[in-house]
Amino acid sequence: MPSLLEVRELKTYLTTSQGVVKAVDGISFDVREGETVALVGESGCGKTMSALSIMRLIPRPQASIVGGEIRFQGRDLLKLGEEEMRRIRGAEIAMIFQEPMTSLNPVLSIGRQITETVEAHHPLSKEEARSRALELLQLVGISDPAQRLAEYPHQFSGGMRQRVMIAIALSCRPKLILADEPTTALDVTIQAQLLELMRDLSRRFGVALVIITHNLGVVARYADRVNVMYAGKIIESGTATEIYRAPRHPYTMGLLRSVPRLDQPRKSKLEPIEGQPPDLWNLPAGCSFAPRCRFVVEKCAQEAPPLRQVEDSHHSACWVAETLTQ
Amino acid sequence: MAGEADTTIEVLPAVSHIPRWLAVSLRFARQRPLGAAGAAIIIIMALAASLADVIAPFDPLKTDYARMFQPPGANHWFGTDAFGRDVLSRIIYGSRTALLVGFSSSFFSATLGAILGVGSAYFGGRTDLITQRLMDVLLSFPLIVLALAVVAILGSGIMNVILAITIPMIPRCALVVRSTALSLRRTPFVDAARALGFGHARIIFRHMLPNVMAPYLIMLTAFQGQAILLEASLSFLGLGVAEPTAAWGLMLRGAAVEFAERAPWMAIFPGVAISLSVFAFNLLGDSLRDALDPKLRVS
Repeated sequence: MPSLLEVRELKTYLTTSQGVVKAVDGISFDVREGETVALVGESGCGKTMSALSIMRLIPRPQASIVGGEIRFQGRDLLKLGEEEMRRIRGAEIAMIFQEPMTSLNPVLSIGRQITETVEAHHPLSKEEARSRALELLQLVGISDPAQRLAEYPHQFSGGMRQRVMIAIALSCRPKLILADEPTTALDVTIQAQLLELMRDLSRRFGVALVIITHNLGVVARYADRVNVMYAGKIIESGTATEIYRAPRHPYTMGLLRSVPRLDQPRKSKLEPIEGQPPDLWNLPAGCSFAPRCRFVVEKCAQEAPPLRQVEDSHHSACWVAETLTQ
Repeated sequence: MAGEADTTIEVLPAVSHIPRWLAVSLRFARQRPLGAAGAAIIIIMALAASLADVIAPFDPLKTDYARMFQPPGANHWFGTDAFGRDVLSRIIYGSRTALLVGFSSSFFSATLGAILGVGSAYFGGRTDLITQRLMDVLLSFPLIVLALAVVAILGSGIMNVILAITIPMIPRCALVVRSTALSLRRTPFVDAARALGFGHARIIFRHMLPNVMAPYLIMLTAFQGQAILLEASLSFLGLGVAEPTAAWGLMLRGAAVEFAERAPWMAIFPGVAISLSVFAFNLLGDSLRDALDPKLRVS
């Protein structure tokens, strides 16, 4: 299957008063047409900054993309003009944000917000846009859509609002949707419903999905392939099965052990990852995870391990990847 | 069952028969009687202005040298001035000038100010810095001095007076709207709008401006009073509306000052009209501010 999105050696740096933070430090990953790819990692590891870099919506002037390529359908997004990029946003790459409570405009009706998006990219009449909005609301499972079109965001619950966000994201039939923690702010039951919905819709319309999350449960169920990020780098990547069956990086192993599992005895303790999240201003010289790692060897402190193949499509950035066992 | 259903259908429209705007205004009047009093005075003023031709007892421009300096009486309720013109009629016609200048200058200044404020907050960075420093320069002059300067450059006349009042009031609105828009800029829906590929103009005009309607409306009302006062001041100084047009500020100058002791009604009634209208707009503006946006209390 051809790659829809190819990110190569993307580097996005943030300039702060305390110095430069390498928020995204040379990550590379692919998204094929119609597949679901997860970007996993803890807060501050650069997941969101990666997504914003793809959209070219990083906060300026603090952040800047200092290197790399983002090829979308063969075109390097980093070389496009602002106007060309604007036409891609929403129409070909859509984004769903973390906070459904504030991602909708409080003073515009739901119908208006959906038709706005359609009208911004396609020359449609009022009626066509309205019927499009109606159809989209139905698609995301909002009952009584005709009436709800005239309602305002405050009349919707969080889950409903996120459904509306999905409807808006789908409104121009994009090829790719970037979902930044789409369900983090919601109840667990609603999370599952929404993820099911996103999976169904992405399959139905052949939309590729990049889910950014810190929730490994989400990843296991819904992602085809997984990229684990730590301190601005991808430290492990592979299919969801590979990563779950046999993680090849101590950080991924730690993440998996810190989540309760049904197949473990109930009394068994969860093991947290020791130490502090990395200090992004003062990363260690070698592997960023070395100070917290149980398997650390001498080489780790001297040289950062590159991402290298350990199995078919399974890559890990660890010097001792082959010898790691649960 | 069918009968019951019928009654429900009949009852429902009857309940919601009061139009929404009326219900809202009634609630506003109950909760804020002072604001409602202000609104009532404004409505009376607006009626007087629009129906001036019908209700004014005399032609405001017609001079009658046989009836100069007549004290208030049965015929001329508010007396006559140095040219024998009816003061009441001139006040009624003067409300036209006051409202025209007040409304248009506050509308233009609040609207332009709101666009500048939102644009400045949206773009941020250097655009924001330059716009704000420009606004600061304008703000550093007292309102009346800047208005005087504009009239001095452009000359008097009603259009120039409107412009002279609009320009110094723009930065006042821009400042208030910008502060609201700054917090708006950080809400995710603006980023979401960017991510949907909306252009800058679409985001500013269709997504951000509707969100600053509360401060905008407050500014609009608060500016009316100031604009009326400013117009009266300019006219009083002889830089505003020119004779023989009826304008309140104009009625206070010339003969009204000269004969203040002999014919005080010439100055008292237009003075009361000015104070009352400014007072009314300020009352309404304050109440609107409290009703629309409790957070927005400009000291």
